[in-house]
Amino acid sequence: MLAYPLIAGVLFGLYFSLLGIGLNLVFGVMRIVNLAHGDFLMLGAFVAFGVFYVLGLDPLLAVPLAFVLFVIVGIVLYGLLVPRLQQSRDPEMLSIILFFGLSQVIEALVTIAFGTSERSIPSRELGSLMTAAAKALGAKPEGGPVDILGQSFPAAWVISAVVSVIAIGLVYVYLYRTRLGTLTRAVMSRRDEAFATGINVDRVCAAAFGIGLGLAAIAGVFAPFMFGSVTPAFGADATVTAFVIVVLGSLGNPLGTALGGIVYGICYMLVQTFLSSWADLLPYVLLIVVLLLRPSGLLGRKVRVA
Amino acid sequence: MPSFVRHLLLIVAPLIAAFAILPGVYDNHLLLFNFVIFLILAQGVNIIYGFTGYLPFGYVGFFGAGAYGFAIMVMHLQTPAPLAVLAAGVVGVLLGLLLTPLLRLSGAYFAIANLAAALAVLHFVANPALESITKGPYGVALSGTFNPTLAYIGAVVILALTLGFVVFLRNSSFGMALQAVREDAVSAAMAGVNVVKMRVIAWLVSALVAGLAGGVFAWYVSVFYPDNVFSSDFSIFAIVFALFGGVATIMGPIVGVVILYGIYNLIGFTTPQYFQLIYGVLIMALVLFLPAGLVSLATRRGWNVP
Repeated sequence: MLAYPLIAGVLFGLYFSLLGIGLNLVFGVMRIVNLAHGDFLMLGAFVAFGVFYVLGLDPLLAVPLAFVLFVIVGIVLYGLLVPRLQQSRDPEMLSIILFFGLSQVIEALVTIAFGTSERSIPSRELGSLMTAAAKALGAKPEGGPVDILGQSFPAAWVISAVVSVIAIGLVYVYLYRTRLGTLTRAVMSRRDEAFATGINVDRVCAAAFGIGLGLAAIAGVFAPFMFGSVTPAFGADATVTAFVIVVLGSLGNPLGTALGGIVYGICYMLVQTFLSSWADLLPYVLLIVVLLLRPSGLLGRKVRVA
Repeated sequence: MPSFVRHLLLIVAPLIAAFAILPGVYDNHLLLFNFVIFLILAQGVNIIYGFTGYLPFGYVGFFGAGAYGFAIMVMHLQTPAPLAVLAAGVVGVLLGLLLTPLLRLSGAYFAIANLAAALAVLHFVANPALESITKGPYGVALSGTFNPTLAYIGAVVILALTLGFVVFLRNSSFGMALQAVREDAVSAAMAGVNVVKMRVIAWLVSALVAGLAGGVFAWYVSVFYPDNVFSSDFSIFAIVFALFGGVATIMGPIVGVVILYGIYNLIGFTTPQYFQLIYGVLIMALVLFLPAGLVSLATRRGWNVP
């Protein structure tokens, strides 16, 4: 009885971590609230729709495509918006309004181009390339549900969770094992000191912004499978969910976001199973409670005091 | 002539007089009513954001709670409408008291938590499990109290009171102390300002204003759904109008509402997506090119704007 929601919660939780991690990176490095985060997720889902319905390929191939595309978009957007924003008196607050405007623009453009209908992709198509490859090698691949501890789950959930783990691992490697990542962490902890030691803060921030949007787009590729369907208006809810996850974990710590995602995923599944009429309230109430009790998140070290 | 008398005579009195006379001259009473509502809400945002620096991204929570406070008083206790509007204000203040701990958060954390709070109230009110009290997602119909003429007068009275409070803030040591707290809470506390008390008072007044506006809105429209009165458009419009004019002044939000809401109604509603696009671009341009609002064009030249 309890095993199903717990395992499903972990699978969803790993995916939720991926959903939040880009927002975490952008806010942690630049103190900018990317209120359009969910809209980049939505755009990632549309890349997946394009790869599947237009090119007729495995939606999994949309992952690298969406990532590269949105890293470039992110670097361009950074140059257009952020330096100007940071000249203003209160960039942290104004960023909320600026990126709200951006989210409106994205939602409007996508609606004009594709209409408001709900879109989805049949669940079995995700990973169809791997199944085909395994067949060609003579193995007997199992299509359909995957068994974990005697419970069966849709294969798409498992693939999303695995890709999420890989992506989060790569973010960890980027932050802790590469030079640019080390510089990123320096900017995260003290922007002005990093600037004073001669770090090219703008370049570091542009990279972080690009990677943040790229990760959002990857999460978006799996959104049609995890949430059933995606509309152009999907962005706003996704942004709030991402915020809950980021705050549940802690800012500037990718492992924190992974933990936050899993805690959120398990809560989500438990509420859905046992108290479904109140499930809508969960993210909001959880967010307020966490912010009030532990503003620094579950793994946070330093509390920001008003 | 002391400056607050001058402000009352030269700004508040003509504006109130104009809105008292206009219904006899101009036929679109709903539009006039909406102007009054947005003038109230923009000044409410001005009180909390302009004078204390807290960005109430979920300001609509108080508005919606007020509307439902009005509806519940009328439906279950058969309260006369003017009393129910007062009750709506009380509901706004109670919700404000409940959310007072959020003031411990700073910057973006506060804005996001406030947004989550508004969404939590929406999902609470719209929950089918509470149908016997709030009618859940099915909306309320209050035909018994329907009286647009009186409701309009009520809205103008609330506008007058709100403007009166802003004039007081602009011309009193209380308003100066609030702005000092906004700029540097520690220094203000050193100078003998009771930081917590000041913030809480501004926060509750701002909640009261939105609650009253919600109550009078419910009285005027008499039929509405949770999604109408909790629409995030109210928060966003109120914030954008106030910012566009310039916060921490009396004139700024008034100018912002008159110009932007005027444009909004001139463009018309024919294609919501194009509308959303124009609005998104406008919001982004505002933050990037005029972050301190229209009044900054005058203050930059050294003119004093009330």
